[in-house]
Amino acid sequence: MTYLIGTGMTGGYGGTDILHNCSITAEKGEIAVIVGPNGAGKSTAMKAIFGMINIHTGIVTLDGEDISVLSPQARVAKGMAFVPQTSNVFPTMSVEENLEMGAFLRKDDINGTMEQVFDLFPILKDKRSQNAGELSGGQRQQVAVGRALMTQPKVLMLDEPTAGVSPIVMDELFDNIIEVAKAGITILMVEQNARQALNIADKGYVLVQGRNKFTDTGEKLLNNHEVRKSFLGG
Amino acid sequence: MEDIINAFLLMSNFVFVPAIAYGSQLALGAVGVTLVYGILRFSNFAHGDTMAFGTMVVILFTWFFQAYGINLGPLPTAILALPFGILFTIIFLLACDKLVYKFYRERKAVPVTYLIASVGIMFVLNGIIRFIIGPNDQRFADGERFIIKAKEMKQLLGTAEGVSIKVSQGLTFVTAFIVVVVLFWFLNKTRTGKSMRAFSDNEDLALLSGISPDKVVTVTWILVAILATIAGTLYGLDKSFKPFTYFMLLLPIFASAIVGGLGNPLGAIAGGYVIAFSEIMITYPYKKFISYMVPGDWKPDSLVQLLSTDYKFAVSFIILVLVLLFKPTGIFSGKSV
Repeated sequence: MTYLIGTGMTGGYGGTDILHNCSITAEKGEIAVIVGPNGAGKSTAMKAIFGMINIHTGIVTLDGEDISVLSPQARVAKGMAFVPQTSNVFPTMSVEENLEMGAFLRKDDINGTMEQVFDLFPILKDKRSQNAGELSGGQRQQVAVGRALMTQPKVLMLDEPTAGVSPIVMDELFDNIIEVAKAGITILMVEQNARQALNIADKGYVLVQGRNKFTDTGEKLLNNHEVRKSFLGG
Repeated sequence: MEDIINAFLLMSNFVFVPAIAYGSQLALGAVGVTLVYGILRFSNFAHGDTMAFGTMVVILFTWFFQAYGINLGPLPTAILALPFGILFTIIFLLACDKLVYKFYRERKAVPVTYLIASVGIMFVLNGIIRFIIGPNDQRFADGERFIIKAKEMKQLLGTAEGVSIKVSQGLTFVTAFIVVVVLFWFLNKTRTGKSMRAFSDNEDLALLSGISPDKVVTVTWILVAILATIAGTLYGLDKSFKPFTYFMLLLPIFASAIVGGLGNPLGAIAGGYVIAFSEIMITYPYKKFISYMVPGDWKPDSLVQLLSTDYKFAVSFIILVLVLLFKPTGIFSGKSV
């Protein structure tokens, strides 16, 4: 049974539809990547799955349960976590407080989870009492991902996690993401750096104008002649 | 040497002590304004009148206690009445939020809409207060008047000048200190306080983290009610209570909040003292002070007053304009206006 399914999603921000019968699925512990040209509706597709925009047609299910009508907050409680592309930290709060806020809904002891996040991102442990707004771009992304992990989610959704970070930091972040997936967390990611993202992806979706254009494993998409020609620069 | 000591004592008596007391009152008011700006995201023009409303309830309860002969000995009876004032102000502000601000919140109105709504509430409050207690001056300070009298200090030190500290001034400073310490502990150490800061920092992310906006808004109004009532009562004890004066206080309070950096409580406190010291130092006549500092025949003929006290609000205005021109985010880098 596929863990996360969004099928036949059609909808957009206002009157006009951006997504047209778009389908995204991901198995447990799998990395699914959405790529495509600018304005293809990549982020929109992810927001639709998270309930941040309204889809008038289509169904989203998580672990067999229909969650199509739930608010984003309710989906967080169901085990989904979302890392927005920009303003994804609390800038005037310390790294530790950022992580605490991530776990706001939890009533149990969060120290164990915080240690796991610090194991995943050791640099954050050193900077735990520094304000998140004072960190470098890459470190801030780590805080953002760490904050999302604090709810112990089953699905982690990342909107262009590597936007604006250096290539070295990008590789590090991708390594971190693989590690998270190994812990059994489903990853759904939108990426501009299509080649690198497809490299680590179990499944890739190429969207064009809000429609599924190609769907295959990351490796096959990388080797697909048409995908290479149109989206990966040859 | 003695002249220098006298000059220092003179300045302490007429500038430093009153400025610290006034600054503490402004700081408490400005923290309230800054909390509303940071968390609810609008400039609350009704804040001066909220202070007047809380003080009015405190005065009514003070009279009630006085009528029954209940008092606190040397301390003003108003302290006993303060919890009642706070309670009524909390009820009033929460009712305002439910009846007015909530309507706009649900429609995701722009900040200027809230601002105009708060002007409306300000006028309504203006009327209610004048209707209940009248537009006149009310003095409600009782108990001891002085902690240290200037005369006693002169005798003790054998100097020509002395410093007097009024009970209301001492009370203002101590209360403001305690309130600020408790407020910062609340904002930095408790779960609810941290969630308020998170909400102020990044509303969308706070929602994604499961922070309930309704709870944050309610707690904010409760804090604002506590701060406004305490600030208003302290100001009233120190000077006197007159509804129009409280309305006028809005300017120095906003100047304090903006100078410190809107949305930053620490900045609001610093801003309060900056405005208070500037206002008093610019309107103080330095004639006597200079007489102590220079040889006898250099004594100035005029009062050496930079600005008449009638124009004291000009000081707040000038500082406000300078800050907005050169550092719009304020000393402590709050949000830009």
